[in-house]
Amino acid sequence: MKVPLSLLLEFCDPGLSAEEISSVLALSGTEVERVTRLGVEDSSNFVVGVVLTADQHPDADRLKVCTVDVGAPEPATIVCGAPNVGAGQTVAVALPGAVMPVGMMIKKAKLRGVESSGMICAEDELGLGKGHQGILVLAETAGPAGRALGEVLPLDETVLELEITPNRPDCLGVYGVARELHAATGAELKSAPWENDLGSAGALDGIKVSVQDSEQCRIFTARIYEGLSAAVTPPAIAAHLTAAGMRPISPVVDITNYVMLVVGEPLHVFDLDKIDGDLTVRAAAAGETVATLDGESRDLVEGETIIADAGGPTSIAGVMGGARSEVGPDTTRVLLEAATWHGPSINQTSARLGLRSEASGRFEKGLAPVFASRGQAFASQLFGEIYGVAPAAGTVVVGAVGEAHTIKLSHAKVNSLMGSELTAERITGPLERLGFTVSVDGDVFSVEVPLDRLDVARDVDLIEEIARIDGLEKLGATLPTSSTGGGRLTRQQKIRRQVQDALVSSGCFEAAGWSFCAPGLSDRLRLASDDSRRNAITLVNPMSSEESVLRTTLLGSLLDSAARNAARGAAVIRLFETGPVYLPSEDGLSDEPQRFGAVLCGPSTRPDWRNASPSTVDVHAAIGVIGQVLDSLHCEWRIVPVAEPEPFLHPGRSGVIEIAGRPAGWVGDLHPLVSTEWGLDGGVAFEVDLNAVISASPEVLHYSPVSAHPMVGQDLAVVVDAAVSAAELIEIAEEVGSPELESVSVFDIYRGKQLGENSVSVGLRFAFRADDRTLTEEEATAVRQRILEALQDRKGAQSRG
Amino acid sequence: MLERISQIVDEVKAAVVAATTSAELEELRIKWLGRKAELPNILRGVKDLDPSERGPAGKAANEARVELEGAIDTKMASFAGAELELRLVEDAVDITLPGHPQQFPGGLHLLTQTMREIEDVFLGLGYGIAEGPEVELVAYNFDALNHAPHHPARSPSDTFYVGDSVLLRTHTSPVQVRTMLVTPPPLYVIVPGRVYRRDDDATHTPQFHQIEGLAVDEGISLADLKGTLLAFAKAIFGDEREIRLRPHFFPFTEPSVEVDVSCFACNQGVADGDRCGLCKGTAWIEILGAGMVDPNVFASVSGEQPAYDPGKVQGFAFGLGIERIAMLKHSVPDLRLLYDNDIRFLEQFA
Ligand SMILES: [Zn+2]
Repeated sequence: MKVPLSLLLEFCDPGLSAEEISSVLALSGTEVERVTRLGVEDSSNFVVGVVLTADQHPDADRLKVCTVDVGAPEPATIVCGAPNVGAGQTVAVALPGAVMPVGMMIKKAKLRGVESSGMICAEDELGLGKGHQGILVLAETAGPAGRALGEVLPLDETVLELEITPNRPDCLGVYGVARELHAATGAELKSAPWENDLGSAGALDGIKVSVQDSEQCRIFTARIYEGLSAAVTPPAIAAHLTAAGMRPISPVVDITNYVMLVVGEPLHVFDLDKIDGDLTVRAAAAGETVATLDGESRDLVEGETIIADAGGPTSIAGVMGGARSEVGPDTTRVLLEAATWHGPSINQTSARLGLRSEASGRFEKGLAPVFASRGQAFASQLFGEIYGVAPAAGTVVVGAVGEAHTIKLSHAKVNSLMGSELTAERITGPLERLGFTVSVDGDVFSVEVPLDRLDVARDVDLIEEIARIDGLEKLGATLPTSSTGGGRLTRQQKIRRQVQDALVSSGCFEAAGWSFCAPGLSDRLRLASDDSRRNAITLVNPMSSEESVLRTTLLGSLLDSAARNAARGAAVIRLFETGPVYLPSEDGLSDEPQRFGAVLCGPSTRPDWRNASPSTVDVHAAIGVIGQVLDSLHCEWRIVPVAEPEPFLHPGRSGVIEIAGRPAGWVGDLHPLVSTEWGLDGGVAFEVDLNAVISASPEVLHYSPVSAHPMVGQDLAVVVDAAVSAAELIEIAEEVGSPELESVSVFDIYRGKQLGENSVSVGLRFAFRADDRTLTEEEATAVRQRILEALQDRKGAQSRG
Repeated sequence: MLERISQIVDEVKAAVVAATTSAELEELRIKWLGRKAELPNILRGVKDLDPSERGPAGKAANEARVELEGAIDTKMASFAGAELELRLVEDAVDITLPGHPQQFPGGLHLLTQTMREIEDVFLGLGYGIAEGPEVELVAYNFDALNHAPHHPARSPSDTFYVGDSVLLRTHTSPVQVRTMLVTPPPLYVIVPGRVYRRDDDATHTPQFHQIEGLAVDEGISLADLKGTLLAFAKAIFGDEREIRLRPHFFPFTEPSVEVDVSCFACNQGVADGDRCGLCKGTAWIEILGAGMVDPNVFASVSGEQPAYDPGKVQGFAFGLGIERIAMLKHSVPDLRLLYDNDIRFLEQFA
């Protein structure tokens, strides 16, 4: 809401600068988004002018030579370059001596041979806005010529742009803000502009109003003004409206806007002579239409609240008036409506029609019914002031302004909730300045809530008022005195951190992926039509179809990130993510298992001066990373070949990650078609269920004895059928080699012609050790022989010597 | 005889002094102290001497041998050290070359780092960390948190829906409710996690991260909230920081405040003589929203957890955006950088 500072100060002037007032408002709960200075430094030499003639400059196509009445005995000759200047216009003139906002002083000067004594100004040249399409044309009523321009335009104004929180519709008028300023500073608050009501209660002749749904319309009030004739909006009001961002239009429209600005209540005015019979506030029927003020014909949605007369809908309640009863220059009798509409319904209708306005924006917030009577009262004063008419006897009132309620507030509760030691005075003072009526009974305050404070219903609401007006800067800063002793990570949280750290130590960067993905991802990953990962949670209202389902794998966003990096020339891409995937569950919510996954592209080791061209990452590079993670958490794991490989992985170079004997993820070279789809050169990936890691990782590690006796190392190379896996050989060795075999590892894999097509040589390196004695070389050799024989028996292995 | 021994000693000592390599010394050793050399011969011949001569001659010859061996060894040792040095110099390598093997660099995402940093502050203050589902019930996300039935945040233009009563949580606050339903007070938790709102512009992404905090106990006060957030601000932004509370409005807290931290890039809004760009010259930066838990929120859980009777317990809650904190602290100018995953960005914070 834009508040002209001069208008605010009319109601409460604490003697502070605009910046100080902004700070006071901000720290008491009214956020000031912007402070804008309007107009010029010194408004002398700026006057209202009337263009008498505007003729083509003899020597310049784009200039006109104007004679302008500036209130002096002789009209001034002014050369003007604006295309829209014309005889008869009322305009803003800067006379010689005027200093423009940019600092330039206007002087008499010859323009292409014609002497010009001043400048006809555009909006931006006066510091009033950005408009520079042409000169600013004022309403005829801004005259007479020669009047100081500052009287009709806000040439010396500061505008505060306030953000009013949704709980404070009472601050949607300048007087409400003035009360805040009064409460926070203690400066005098002038009496409310609606206090002296010129109208009267009782039946109103000439119109009947019925309201069918009192929930949609809590109160409907109306007054009639008759005998309207030509009138002029007072310049000060026009200037305030302009500063608040509303153009002066006509006195009757200006009255409604000014009441809205000061009181907060939007009004609607009907030409009484164009209303056909009585008015009914009702729900629109299907198929009804209304011609609105903007000249459009609007189709109404069944149930939207309208105001209708005998001729059908005549206005969309709270959103826009109808053309049929629009006031015009010939209007002499008006019906002035002030009502309170159901905020959410107004919001819905105005959004549907794209008709958001200052008025609908206020109704959306849910104005208090008392605003309607305040609006009527202030409007009656303005009609008297501008048109010299009093309202016709009586006021239509359908509904009620409500009754004040009282809240009991305990002194101890105030200090307990705030953590303060406020005296009774520091409690009653803020409340009374805000308009609450307070009586004290021992330790309990009885607080009567003003009718416009619908947000205050409970003692805590009052404590908020006290806290913000007394000043939060006065509040101490303490820490809670007790604690639950719960300041520690859960096991799950700890292990998630450890997994992340292990992935970092294996040379991967963590990526932040999107939970959303495109439904087409499943096809791009070549998922089978019955793959359960196609069964994703779908958003009803996604931002776009590309973000319309929730991910069922981390792989999509990792590939997207990898692809972006590849396109930017990254040679090494090692990205991981930890986070949930979202799987539909029977209760309509989702299972959100935590996963970790990675995509690696580029060299398998970092190229350097010893090895400038390392081999490219392959599935074993990915297994190396997985091993680093799982080993650091002491998980028992292995990679097993799988009959049905993942469709997005290389079928011969992928496998299942088993943790503690259960499948917990996949790893492999990316399928070449998938690499190509994302524009990647090869690449490997894996994804692992974090919960499997959490349950497999031992909670506590226990000591196992280390032998003091020396280790005997021996190697064994065997030739086996290529279908025999290294893991099978190791398993047999571990079984047979017990207890002397301490560890076994593969140190060499060799395939060659002399071995035959389908054979492979596997080099095993054994470490033998006894717990209780020094193992002799002969003993070790015997165990090695035992292992060899088992490999021969079970896998047809041949010793390579 | 004694004379000859003394002669030998002088001659050999001179030769040792003159020797310039360990090989020369080795030659001297063989020539004068070897099996066939003169001095050992003398020693071996002592037994044939006249008994009266045996004593002095044997003693002199033995002393001479010991002295010469010592002289050669000493000189030899000095040569060995020098020659080793020489050899080591020849073995020099270019130590400015990088280490090997080169480890791939890696690092946590800035969001994770920021989240952990904040988590650690509150762990230190005695808070636990609670988590909850991202696909959430409207009942927990809005109803239990005192959002009016027509609250604009419920609108499908603001919130992602999965079904009529199921949405993507718009804040981590529903975990407050879930936690209170299963845990009686006193309760001190923070709730980090992903949240979603239908915004996509320069300063909003439809997905972002929040940390929500909740403390419920007897006598928890607004001053406790202020002190807690002051401790937080100092831990994250530096010990010189101050905070200020501005009254605000949130449906699930009353009173509600927005919290500013004193700007760490300027002095009273002025940086290098100009208006500070970070705080727009105000000297304060908004970092989070907070307030005292609204009694209606306690009421929404107290059916199952009567201990949350608003007459018995009080509490505060706060919520902050991880992205905002990370961007402020690390001078990241554009929110999109956090989700782009450009390695050149990621490695800056490794
Ligand atoms: Zn600053």
